[in-house]
Amino acid sequence: MVSASISLLAGRKAQTPTGLFINNKWVEASDKGTFATLNPATGEHLLDISCATAADVDTAVAAARLAFKTTWGRNAAPSERARLLNKLADLIERDAQHLGELESVDSGKGLRLARDFDIGDCVACLRYYAGWADKINGQTIEVSKSKMVYTTQDPIGVCGQIIPWNYPMLMWCWKTGPALAAGCTIVMKPSELTPLTALALCDLIVEAGFPAGVVNTLPGTGPVAGAAISSHMDINKVAFTGSVVTGRRIMAAAANSNLKKVTLELGGKSPSIIFGSSDLEQAAAWTAMGIYYNSGQDCCAGSRLYVDEKCYDEFMPLLIAHAKACAIGDPWDDKTSFGPLVSAVQRDKVLAYIESGVAEGATIATGGKAWGTKGFYVEPTILTDCTPEMKCVVEEIFGPVLVVCKFKSEEAVLELANDSTYGLGAAVFTGDAKQAMRVSAALDAGSVWVNQYGILHTSVPFGGYKMSGIGRELGSHGVSEYTITKAVHHNISEEMTWPL
Amino acid sequence: MSSVSSILRIPGKAAMSVPTGLFINGSFVKGRGKPITTIDPSLGKAVLPAGVTVCGASREDVDDAVKAARLAFKTTWGLNATGTERSRLIHKLADLIERDHETISVLEAVDSGKPIGWSKADVTDTVACLRYYAGWADKIIGQTLEVNNRTKQCFTRHEPIGVVGQIIPWNYPIMMQGSTLCQNKLTPANTIITGVFNVVNGWGAETGVAIAEHPGIDKIAFTGSTQTGRAITIAAAQSNLKKVTLELGGKSANIIFPSADLDQAVNWAALGVFENAGQSCSAGSRVLVHESIKDEFERKIKIAAEKIKLGPTMAEDTWQGPQVSETQYNRIMEHIRIGKEEDKGRVLTGGERWGTEGYYIKPTVFVDIKPSARICREEIFGPVLVVLPFKTEEEAIALANDSEYGLAAAVHSTDANQIARVTNELEAGTVWINQYTFTANNVPFGGYKTSGWGRELGSYGLEEYISVKAVHHNFGEVIEFPLKL
Repeated sequence: MVSASISLLAGRKAQTPTGLFINNKWVEASDKGTFATLNPATGEHLLDISCATAADVDTAVAAARLAFKTTWGRNAAPSERARLLNKLADLIERDAQHLGELESVDSGKGLRLARDFDIGDCVACLRYYAGWADKINGQTIEVSKSKMVYTTQDPIGVCGQIIPWNYPMLMWCWKTGPALAAGCTIVMKPSELTPLTALALCDLIVEAGFPAGVVNTLPGTGPVAGAAISSHMDINKVAFTGSVVTGRRIMAAAANSNLKKVTLELGGKSPSIIFGSSDLEQAAAWTAMGIYYNSGQDCCAGSRLYVDEKCYDEFMPLLIAHAKACAIGDPWDDKTSFGPLVSAVQRDKVLAYIESGVAEGATIATGGKAWGTKGFYVEPTILTDCTPEMKCVVEEIFGPVLVVCKFKSEEAVLELANDSTYGLGAAVFTGDAKQAMRVSAALDAGSVWVNQYGILHTSVPFGGYKMSGIGRELGSHGVSEYTITKAVHHNISEEMTWPL
Repeated sequence: MSSVSSILRIPGKAAMSVPTGLFINGSFVKGRGKPITTIDPSLGKAVLPAGVTVCGASREDVDDAVKAARLAFKTTWGLNATGTERSRLIHKLADLIERDHETISVLEAVDSGKPIGWSKADVTDTVACLRYYAGWADKIIGQTLEVNNRTKQCFTRHEPIGVVGQIIPWNYPIMMQGSTLCQNKLTPANTIITGVFNVVNGWGAETGVAIAEHPGIDKIAFTGSTQTGRAITIAAAQSNLKKVTLELGGKSANIIFPSADLDQAVNWAALGVFENAGQSCSAGSRVLVHESIKDEFERKIKIAAEKIKLGPTMAEDTWQGPQVSETQYNRIMEHIRIGKEEDKGRVLTGGERWGTEGYYIKPTVFVDIKPSARICREEIFGPVLVVLPFKTEEEAIALANDSEYGLAAAVHSTDANQIARVTNELEAGTVWINQYTFTANNVPFGGYKTSGWGRELGSYGLEEYISVKAVHHNFGEVIEFPLKL
């Protein structure tokens, strides 16, 4: 079985692919194995999905390699790559409602947010990268009159893409747009928790007209498919978004196999700093968005908060009110903007962190418990009276839990904010322009927001300092990660005498 | 019938309504300048019904257009429209042109004399150009620059230059519009939103001058003759020192070495000079051929020239159409006469009119002529090729560079080192190796020397529509006064 019927909004039934997508065809796993995907809002079983084996990875890589050598790579004109990416964007836009429902039922994301925000961003991402396809330039370099020297930026080759469950479709597009624009072919492993939209998109890959083998999608597990990809001798690059633990494994596997290039988007414990001169109401709104959007399941969630003690008593009630105002509910409901966590395992982890915080002396200012009788919901939570060495302050929770500390001075808070093995995002809220410049320059994070949180743009690079990752996605940097530089030294008139 | 539109009737095609007014601030309006009677050069007859003219813009009309463009720039366009939105609109325009491919191709053919097959290719190129630039709209990237991290953040803003006046030629009407249209759309000053794009048809002496002199226009881009280019530059200098880019004439040389694949070189050379009836600024109007292969080249180019099919513009198998106007026809025929009578060149093929209607000239090749001959130095802008022999590589390079122009050149050779040496020495903005004519939207195009200023196409073309603002943000430096020196 490579497709199945799924029940979506208002009981609408639709066929959706459940197999492996290799060479523009749907197949079962080589050992016919499957895994189950659940609806996080209800805990109910949705579908059984084919589970890729290491042999399936080999087949997919062979298909991707052949396409790279024959119909893609430098064989497809840049304008053709652009055309196909734009076509794919158009098709996603056409099917936004259906894809939004699939995304929502698989990940627990509110339907409205999935369709309007996530998918809107997906379309924008693909269109942005379509525009790069014919603008990937090398250099000509003046060395001397006797030589002509230039570089070309060639596609790096077959890319293994391992994507997470928190923004399934958007992460698929981040890992597809730049790679295809550069001319690479792809073996994609979506998360075993949220495979549905990655698979549905493959029907659109065919409809758009991509040659067979350019995009291959293998749902499966990290230890089997993910490991096979990381250690594959014929994959030129692996890109991974997920946990630090898995990121390390992937990098080690890459090093132990063929030294494939590695880019990683890992975790974060991103700090926001609130100074008294800021617009406190706005700061509260952005901070709430920063931690509660996607129920805190965001690598750059603003999960640590430092509040100037001078404005603490004025600020906290505003923030707590925002936490309480989160629209928790059924993801199908348009009013919902706060859904469940993706799985029981995640929910239990988050609850354990809250418990440990309380055990170490933190106070629950709001929330702190599971929510509802079905599914994997946790209430929007704020822990106050936190101190730097608490587990809940140091470690990434990946849920709707904000830890709050006070600070006295700019120097002190910068030390606290940067005292982390992570460095993905950071924010400063201030009304003082000079302070904004000083602090944003001093924060060790790949994205720094001033008087804002969390808003990204396809044209702006995103990635981590320190253990939050290696490399950048989005912007022109995103496409550079998928190219490799060749220098050509064309001798015109230099002669070699021998012996030298 | 409204005086801002007319019905165009072409035998074998459905009648089409065509606008004939000026397009200002989102509407077609009558012009107050000298009107234009547009002629179908394949017949020498007016395109539109008798007495119907296309509106010409007066100075006042140009003022209105500039006002509309400036208002749009300040309110709905400029940086008020995001790159993503500008991209979307340019893509939409490309889609619409593609939708109306057939109609636009026919209009282009009838108006310019370009055979229908070539017109269609031009429209396809236009669509591709717009899509290329649509992709740039959200990728206009400045720099941040390290000066002193403790006290200053410096960066550049790449801002749209403002209102741009575009004066485009008649040889590739739709493509020139696409090229200047889309480059300036990104750094928007004209189009799609009301006032963003305004079209002021008119005579150079009236409308063109008004644009060149206008104090409210920030930049002018012109493609056309060197003579007019000079006048525009002077007008720009004397008015508000608006920025100027120019794509002017050429007398481009195709250099053929003995190691070249001669059959291929002949094909490219023929394309290079006879394409668009020679009405291309980068036409390869001189062939410099090594003396050892001169006779063979002449034999082959004659055959190639005589294979060219002239005919009615709408016939699918017509390769070469008429010259665009009677004036151009007369100028070219005069050059042919000079070539024969004053320069004493030998006509290998052609050298005369074709047919009885319209402004057709046979593909013409002159041989046995000196480099100092007038027709070897002056731009003819017609289907006239001069062939000059050379002995050495150095002589070929010198001959090729011995021109006030520097738009394009080509090297035909299979000797890699020779190719590199010669390419590096040629004073031309475009050098083809073992090819001619074919450009690409992402590759810059423009002239050395009197062939022009600035570049079109590619990222280079985009830069011409950008003003760079450097920002020095001091957040940590305090001074005392007077400053201790």
